[in-house]
Amino acid sequence: MSEQRIIPARNWGQWVIAIILIVIVGLLLAMVIMSRHITWSAIPQYLFDGTILEGIKLTILFTVLSMLISIFAGAILATMRLSPNPIVSGFASLYIWFFRGTPLLVQIIFWFNIQLFIPSIEIGSIRFDTNSIITAFVAALLALSLNEAAYMAEIMRGGLMAVDSGQQEAAKALGYRPTQAMLRIIFPQALRVIIPPIGNQTISMLKTTSLVSVVAAQDLLTRAQNIYAKNFLIIELLIVASIWYLVMTTVASSLQYVIERRLGRSTSDAPMAWRAALRLLRAERSNG
Amino acid sequence: MTQPALTGNGVAMVEALDVRKSFGAHEVLKGINLTIGKGEVVCLLGPSGSGKSTFLRCINHLERMTGGRILVDGQLIGYNERHGLLYEMSGKELARQRQDIGMVFQRFNLFAHHDVLNNISQAPMLIRGQSRERALARARELLKLVDLEGRENSYPYQLSGGQQQRVAIARALAMNPKLMLFDEPTSALDPELVGEVLAVMRKLAADGMTMLVVTHELAFAREVADRVIFMDQGVVVEEGPARQVIDAPQHERTKTFLRRMH
Repeated sequence: MSEQRIIPARNWGQWVIAIILIVIVGLLLAMVIMSRHITWSAIPQYLFDGTILEGIKLTILFTVLSMLISIFAGAILATMRLSPNPIVSGFASLYIWFFRGTPLLVQIIFWFNIQLFIPSIEIGSIRFDTNSIITAFVAALLALSLNEAAYMAEIMRGGLMAVDSGQQEAAKALGYRPTQAMLRIIFPQALRVIIPPIGNQTISMLKTTSLVSVVAAQDLLTRAQNIYAKNFLIIELLIVASIWYLVMTTVASSLQYVIERRLGRSTSDAPMAWRAALRLLRAERSNG
Repeated sequence: MTQPALTGNGVAMVEALDVRKSFGAHEVLKGINLTIGKGEVVCLLGPSGSGKSTFLRCINHLERMTGGRILVDGQLIGYNERHGLLYEMSGKELARQRQDIGMVFQRFNLFAHHDVLNNISQAPMLIRGQSRERALARARELLKLVDLEGRENSYPYQLSGGQQQRVAIARALAMNPKLMLFDEPTSALDPELVGEVLAVMRKLAADGMTMLVVTHELAFAREVADRVIFMDQGVVVEEGPARQVIDAPQHERTKTFLRRMH
């Protein structure tokens, strides 16, 4: 039998689209690169600028702190939401409704201006000026955390509900107290469902933190803005900031990929998922 | 039907008096009265929907009764009686009572994130405060009893249904319960795996464990049970020695049910 050459079907439409795309992207690139209005040398100059690096530190700090706080608060809210007490679950629903229903940007500005209607806080005989407590940093962190907690509560509620009710019954029948059943049996199994979306939220949070620049909270974008307010290299510094946001989200995404691969996707990997989650928790604890 | 003697004289393990349970308007249990003696093995038979599983779940208060009372080893289950009123217990108090009542479920309900050894030893360590060495030694002993030596580090998903159910029995036994409740322990199993679970239950019965078993296994009931209780539509229709009820039922409803089972 002779070997006959096989010619795959050609899809001319695909070729045409590909060529058009290459032309468009090429033109855009050429336009940017050839532009006489962009000072290219400013980008490497500011990429590792001390102020920018400080901003990156703060952006990461905002991300880590607000994720930690929101995970903790979200767990409490999720438990409340699942409570049989209608007032407790109603409170959680109201919280989630409110914080998911109003723009984060509005919440950030609100916390920054809180002293307008609570000028001072009194604890016993000690009186604090609200402005001295709710700094831009605190206002930004509060807004990010409280807002994220609402989303986290829904993620955790989903995770808790994904655990088979038989697990809870078995724990009860053995004599586990309700908190023991939750902490030892239900929550560890819910983690398998909860961790992947938490990864997504963290990556998203890295970028969301840029919103706090409206109250000049000294994150990466605030620093870039501060610099271009003086030297007017607006596009250049926005490119510098974008490069760093891309670096941070790329690193976070690859971390997430590694974690999720360890977690496994099938139910049969549940114990592996549990061990991976434990490792994560331990790592978090030693960092915090 | 005779009223059980609620004597609290230390002979009865379970005493149920007029136990009622409704789900909304539907009354599932319409006044169950029965007594189970210490060391007795009793099988609860009846068509599905007859309320036998619901009754079993009332005994460790997994199901909240609508009326009546249940005593286990002389102790009122699920409620504290004060000034003629029944106050439902807190989760902590309920947990305390449930420690002494073992339960085996139709769907095994092994903890999916623990291996076999942890499934069996966690509760004794956490709840009874046993040392790790003691709890693990006891877990290994129980694995031998249920014929699963060598599967210490397997996870539930790696085991067959029959093996999972035997681990579940070992897990319940690790708490040294004075009473074992079995809720259709072989109904979710492939036919060829039923035997290995029943063999373990036979061993337990021979060792003098007090057992209440909701089951459809007539052969097992006839051979192992001291007494059989037949329930239908939320009432006890007939009860008596296993062979008498199964081989020579008195009541028409029992006869119809048994004819369909053969």
